[in-house]
Amino acid sequence: MKLSLGKWLLPVYSSLALLFLMIPIGYTFIYSFNDSLKSNITWRGFTFDKWLNVCNVQNGAVCQAFGNSLIIGAIATVVATTLGTMIAIAIVRYRFKFRSQTSLFLFLPMATPEVVLGAGLAAQFLSLGVPKDMLTIILAHTMFCISFVVVTVKARVASLDPALEEAGRDLYGSAWQVFARITFPLLLPGILAAALLSFALSFDDFIITNFNSGAVTTFPKYIYISAARGIPAEANVLASAVFILALVVVVTVQVSGAARARRLAKMS
Amino acid sequence: MAFAAFSSTTAPSTDPVARRRSPVALFLLLPGILYLVLFFLTPLVSLLLTSFQAPREFGDIGQYDYAFRWQNYVEVVTTYWPHIVRSFSYALAATFFALLISYPLAYFIGVKARKWPLLQSLMLVLVIAPFFISFLLRTLAWKQLFADESFVVQSLKALSLLGPEAHVTGTAFSVIFGLTYNFIPFMTLPLYTTLERLDVRYLEAGSDLYASPFQVFQKVTIPLSMPGIVAGTLLTFIPAAGDYINAGRDFLGGTGTQMMGNVIEANFLVLQNYPSAAALSIILMTVILVIVSIYVKRSGTEELL
Repeated sequence: MKLSLGKWLLPVYSSLALLFLMIPIGYTFIYSFNDSLKSNITWRGFTFDKWLNVCNVQNGAVCQAFGNSLIIGAIATVVATTLGTMIAIAIVRYRFKFRSQTSLFLFLPMATPEVVLGAGLAAQFLSLGVPKDMLTIILAHTMFCISFVVVTVKARVASLDPALEEAGRDLYGSAWQVFARITFPLLLPGILAAALLSFALSFDDFIITNFNSGAVTTFPKYIYISAARGIPAEANVLASAVFILALVVVVTVQVSGAARARRLAKMS
Repeated sequence: MAFAAFSSTTAPSTDPVARRRSPVALFLLLPGILYLVLFFLTPLVSLLLTSFQAPREFGDIGQYDYAFRWQNYVEVVTTYWPHIVRSFSYALAATFFALLISYPLAYFIGVKARKWPLLQSLMLVLVIAPFFISFLLRTLAWKQLFADESFVVQSLKALSLLGPEAHVTGTAFSVIFGLTYNFIPFMTLPLYTTLERLDVRYLEAGSDLYASPFQVFQKVTIPLSMPGIVAGTLLTFIPAAGDYINAGRDFLGGTGTQMMGNVIEANFLVLQNYPSAAALSIILMTVILVIVSIYVKRSGTEELL
């Protein structure tokens, strides 16, 4: 069999490529168990200590930064998801002047490098004399999340069968009832996906935050500042915990989605 | 899921509904559009205005007045020419390597793994897994793994593949490596979404017509996956050109690898030289927009936008 090598080449390559993607994740996870001192560079022995006392280091500076990131992410996600979903529905369902220009305008923030978005907002806040704090970070994060929400929800709205809403109207549902009972529940998976994406983008953003945060520290900013003098293992603990949580959420969504698809396939 | 955003960038625009005209549309659009006008568009305008500012006479550091000092542009281009060149060449190299690494992976997940849906979704989760852990920590992990006293570097030196005085971090190699690594998921996901929809009967038709596997790949697979290639390269090239983490001194870069992002950050946040930072940002954005529009036109995928 001449083909046997060729047959195995692609699966083996793909496994290696995925393994390559996992290397820094594994490294971060392993070093969360390092019995390190101030900086977490050389391996000094295994301990659960950092996992059990996450907030003890530097008077809880890591945890405070982490908490700030959670608050910012939550608020930015709610605002961006609401505004973005409204836009997505309007673009797919309605006709209006400058519709294609609006689409292009919504695409622009995603095509602009983060450093430009960050510097632009900072220049605006500077010229208006707005002090940089939590609020300016939230305003910035909401801005770059909106476009991502629009593309995510737009796909869902476009795949929605309009006959379902027509049926609702035929059965004398008011516009609001049709939206609340039919449109919204059907859009919900797309809206949730958009919200998760927004939160992930906000939570991990550093570049735009760095320009608009003033003295406020977020989790990525904490890592950036500490990079010069060494990052405590507690940062690895928090990052690993987030990783595990996100993995659980995604796997659950995937598995339940697959199960639902199987059920639907059986029904038809 | 996170990749929903990428999949929809390549989705064909279907028009199932006869769209209605209604004042509701305005109500739905206005808040979001107004928000973006206030916090995306006007900041770009104020960036443009700032880029022409002149230092205030007898003013302190960081005090500027509105003017039309176009010389700012001449100054930043002459001062930071190496950084400008580096930004675009590093981003180009990283995009090329990310495409090279991602295409076979995306092909396997999207085409070969179709028979095993569970394997397919497991592999997709692994592709997006890096998004779940801090971008900065991942980059620092590579820095640690490539440090002078690390196992990797010591082994390379023992095998004489690396000179005794050589370093890995702080070089162009490590910056391009970091950029490539960090943007592989952004490249793989859009490639996957187009390859997943690829009709394998086209490939079979190609080989039935006596095309060699390479010819089938070149004449059928590549053209059919073009939307994914364009989306993936843009999602990699644009953020890579503006990135300043990988090239940062505390990360994978050194003094000789600084990119535009690094000097924009330094000018804005450290030196308080806002006009220079603004002028560099405008240059970065303009060059990217020009490159993107030429690229999208040439590859015939305008409908992606």
